[in-house]
Amino acid sequence: MSAIQVIPLNWYIALSAILFGMGVLGVLFRRNAIIILMCVELMLNAVNLSLVAFSAYHSNPAGQVFVFFIMAVAAAEVAVGLAILIMIYRNTKSTDINFLNKLKW
Amino acid sequence: MNLSVTEILFGILSIMAIFSGIFVIFSRNPVYSVLYLIVTFFCIAGHYILLNAQFLAAVHIIVYAGAIMVLFLFVIMMLNLNNETEPTKPAWIQITAVITGGILMLVLVGSLKGAESITLAQPQNSNIGLVGNLGKVLFTDFLVPFELSSVLFLSAMVGSVLLGKKQIQ
Repeated sequence: MSAIQVIPLNWYIALSAILFGMGVLGVLFRRNAIIILMCVELMLNAVNLSLVAFSAYHSNPAGQVFVFFIMAVAAAEVAVGLAILIMIYRNTKSTDINFLNKLKW
Repeated sequence: MNLSVTEILFGILSIMAIFSGIFVIFSRNPVYSVLYLIVTFFCIAGHYILLNAQFLAAVHIIVYAGAIMVLFLFVIMMLNLNNETEPTKPAWIQITAVITGGILMLVLVGSLKGAESITLAQPQNSNIGLVGNLGKVLFTDFLVPFELSSVLFLSAMVGSVLLGKKQIQ
């Protein structure tokens, strides 16, 4: 028996909302830039989960194709983000985001 | 109250995903954060399998646990960040962050309270997540975005190589 016959759609949306909120919490809570990137990944995955749930409950494959594209963009984003992070580390000898306050008012 | 296997699996996967997500945020060592994030990703892949999205589950494990997390772990090891001496934000910022994230979570979950709960007793087409159907949609309706994503990958590759290179004096 598959999940769409037993589990209400609400539960999946609630789970993805909780995961998204935890990603936001991590971005606000930590100072290490690598952890912040990982929390952004967590948020992207929460959105992916809700897209897959909607696509399964509506029997429409477009949502799953969207998830496929989001994964592609996430892979590219992580590659560029980690390259930026390595450059930051080379310049400041740390991945602490509090050293990067030149553009802060 | 007797639960079916699917409901028990849903509960176990959800609780594991949420708790390993909490450990990602609150563990002091970045290497542990990466490992807990891998656990979260495997739980989400289990949810995809429960939702009949087998192809996405496989791609999710390959891309996230296989590629992205290895990249994270590689960078942490290379920058030698696996110590526990990371400075933390001041307490009032941490409390504010927890309150803000908690309020956002509460609003998102609370907005579902009045929604009617939908289950499909008779699914119309339960094999949309198989690779054949998904590939057919990807290469007919979404062909242009698919080709554009290759340009995106090329530019991301060039950008990351340029950014990661040592500055030439």
